[in-house]
Amino acid sequence: MRLRSLVAAVAATALGVSLAACGGSDSGSDGGSGGDQTLTYWASNQGTSLDNDKQVLTPVLEKFTQETGIKVNLEVIGWNDLQTRIQTAVTSGQAPDVVNIGNTWAASLQATGAFLPFDADALTAIGGKDKFVPTALATGGKEGEDPTSVPLYGLAYGLYYNKAMFAAAGLQPPKTWEEMVSAAQKLTNPAKNQWGMALAAGSYTENVHFAFINGAQNKSDWFDGEGKPTFTTDGNVQGVLRYLDLMQKDKVANPSNAQYDNGTKSVNDFATKKVAMVINQNNADSSIVANGMKAGEYGVVPFPAPAGGEQVASHVAGINLSVFKNTKHKESALKFVKYMTDAGTQTTLGKPFASLPVLKDAKPVFTTDAAEAAIFQDIYNTKSKPLPLVPAEDQFESTVGKAMNNMFAKIATGGTVSADEVKAALKTAEDQVAAGS
Amino acid sequence: MSVATTDATTAGPPQKKAPKKAGLEHRPGLRRWLPYALLAPAVVLELFIHIVPMLVGIWVSFVKLTRIYIANWSQAPGAGLGNYKVAIDFDNAVGEGLLKSFGVTIVFSLVTVGLSWVLGMAAAVALQPAFRGRNLVRTLFLVPYALPAYAGILTWNFMLQRDTGAVNHVLNQLHLTSDRPFWLIGGNALAALITVATWKLWTFAFLTLMAGLQSIPNELYEAASVDGAGNLRQWRNITLPQLRPVNLVLVLVLFLWTFSDFNTPYVLFGTAQPPAGDLITFHIYNASFLTWNFGTGAAMSVLLLIFLMIVTGIYLLVTGRRSRRA
Repeated sequence: MRLRSLVAAVAATALGVSLAACGGSDSGSDGGSGGDQTLTYWASNQGTSLDNDKQVLTPVLEKFTQETGIKVNLEVIGWNDLQTRIQTAVTSGQAPDVVNIGNTWAASLQATGAFLPFDADALTAIGGKDKFVPTALATGGKEGEDPTSVPLYGLAYGLYYNKAMFAAAGLQPPKTWEEMVSAAQKLTNPAKNQWGMALAAGSYTENVHFAFINGAQNKSDWFDGEGKPTFTTDGNVQGVLRYLDLMQKDKVANPSNAQYDNGTKSVNDFATKKVAMVINQNNADSSIVANGMKAGEYGVVPFPAPAGGEQVASHVAGINLSVFKNTKHKESALKFVKYMTDAGTQTTLGKPFASLPVLKDAKPVFTTDAAEAAIFQDIYNTKSKPLPLVPAEDQFESTVGKAMNNMFAKIATGGTVSADEVKAALKTAEDQVAAGS
Repeated sequence: MSVATTDATTAGPPQKKAPKKAGLEHRPGLRRWLPYALLAPAVVLELFIHIVPMLVGIWVSFVKLTRIYIANWSQAPGAGLGNYKVAIDFDNAVGEGLLKSFGVTIVFSLVTVGLSWVLGMAAAVALQPAFRGRNLVRTLFLVPYALPAYAGILTWNFMLQRDTGAVNHVLNQLHLTSDRPFWLIGGNALAALITVATWKLWTFAFLTLMAGLQSIPNELYEAASVDGAGNLRQWRNITLPQLRPVNLVLVLVLFLWTFSDFNTPYVLFGTAQPPAGDLITFHIYNASFLTWNFGTGAAMSVLLLIFLMIVTGIYLLVTGRRSRRA
């Protein structure tokens, strides 16, 4: 009997631990309660590393302190943790004053009601809404409501290609999807471990962007007017399959790419000349240069659509700045937002973070290659479509993105994925989103 | 409890403790309250660390706690059994996913516990007879248990990479495989996960069984040897029955730990977890955090709790009946 009660006690404790562990944890976020004039600011990882971000931002924040007397407590958070940290902050109320968000999350975070809406007064306080590029500002939240975030860094996808490799093979930079695939096939030689393209095929955030862009090139939407998911349209299925086929049918990407869980890995393959092309946002520049490739050795063209498709080359990518509603320093926080989105600060940060200007009339400063700058500016201004501005957007990212991870994994391990299987996977993702809303 | 306290106070050296003892006896109220006062901190901590979060978890499973209410979660509307219906509707994507994950977790737990126990038992028995360097080997065996879990699992993650990992390098050098298999995606993921979990867990089995072995009187083995029993016979007829109480606790603890293992898949696979390694706690984490749907996640957790309670209950009933028979 004594043994039984011992076993029972152990079991009860272990069960309690397992359930308590599911109750969510509070990571220490020491925001809000500091001195009168100290703001807590969570920055996202924009530079080549978290340390690099800190080095770049520190002098900029010191300048702000000199000008206004407001101190800023900086924490740089990696992309893998940022969303969870924001969730925890929203849930517990232990939040920073100002936070960077991926602009695609804007509508989802807006729905939590935890962020300060930029109404007319707040917009005036940060310098007026007219200073922003309209497409960039439109990512700030749901259409028809006061945005809960304002654009900070603009980004767009482009197709980077290695000029020397293209010249050696007598190739021109591709203008259509078909040209891109045939060029990639010519530059692929698995025996020499040389591949036409590198894909971040194990990163659900990257994968979902390509699901969106390829679907958009097929004139297909992922949500209807009421915010209901429409993942399984023919255009979306074919778009996803077209992207998967880069590894499956066209065989221009190394199957190992299925384990690339962030964009930096594929960019590094490009920078170290293992692959001839990579599709990435323009902040790839800082990583490419950090790996020893010089501006001028690579060129950029818009990510091409198939012949006859819609010329969508990117989503309106970028980073937005949000203020938590429960901040005790609303005025200081708005001053800080104004400072970060001022022309001067934007120019200072544009180069190290390789970002596109979110301000009207500003010139891109992230590269010395004028042609590259012009192409990215053109993609951002005229060939980008915003991701769906609906509350379920983040669910779209995680469910469709992860479905694509698994399909790439299947292809890499020797399986095949048919159009029907893509459709079934997207149907599952759609059901998951429907169950969550 | 009060009896035990009286025993303890009277058992002490009578000379020096005499004044204190007298003081206690003159204040019967204090004596009655002392045990409760001593227990109180533990009870309060238990309440706040285990019971309250558990109750909150159960409450969450009955409300519609999505992004809209997360900032002001006390206002979340009731969902009745809605979250449970979603979780166990196996025709729906969410329920189907949970069922698959449950199946994966059962296989994972049974294999991992089995392997850990066999390895732990083998090592404990092998290191029982004294020989030079025994303590060194014992210490070496404990390394996986002493390493911080994250560091160990991250190292496995590096070793299991397809192109740069040590595992594929060794396999290729030994000509065991012609191509480089993937370990962390696709069908091999479960094998990789079981390997890492076993590596982490078996030393605990080893440690526990080794401690158990020390309490078996040597005379039993000597007597058995005299009667002509071989090693295997001795192990089956002496070691195993003598270790029965230890094994009962050990297997249950190993099972509960393995079944609710979160760290191993989380660190090993990162954000790209393959379906073959989709363990249930990780699945629940994804269901709640990636989709901000904490109600469904909590309902799944409660279902998991109920399942583990049933398993534990049956285990206790069966093992209890056997020990009465014995």
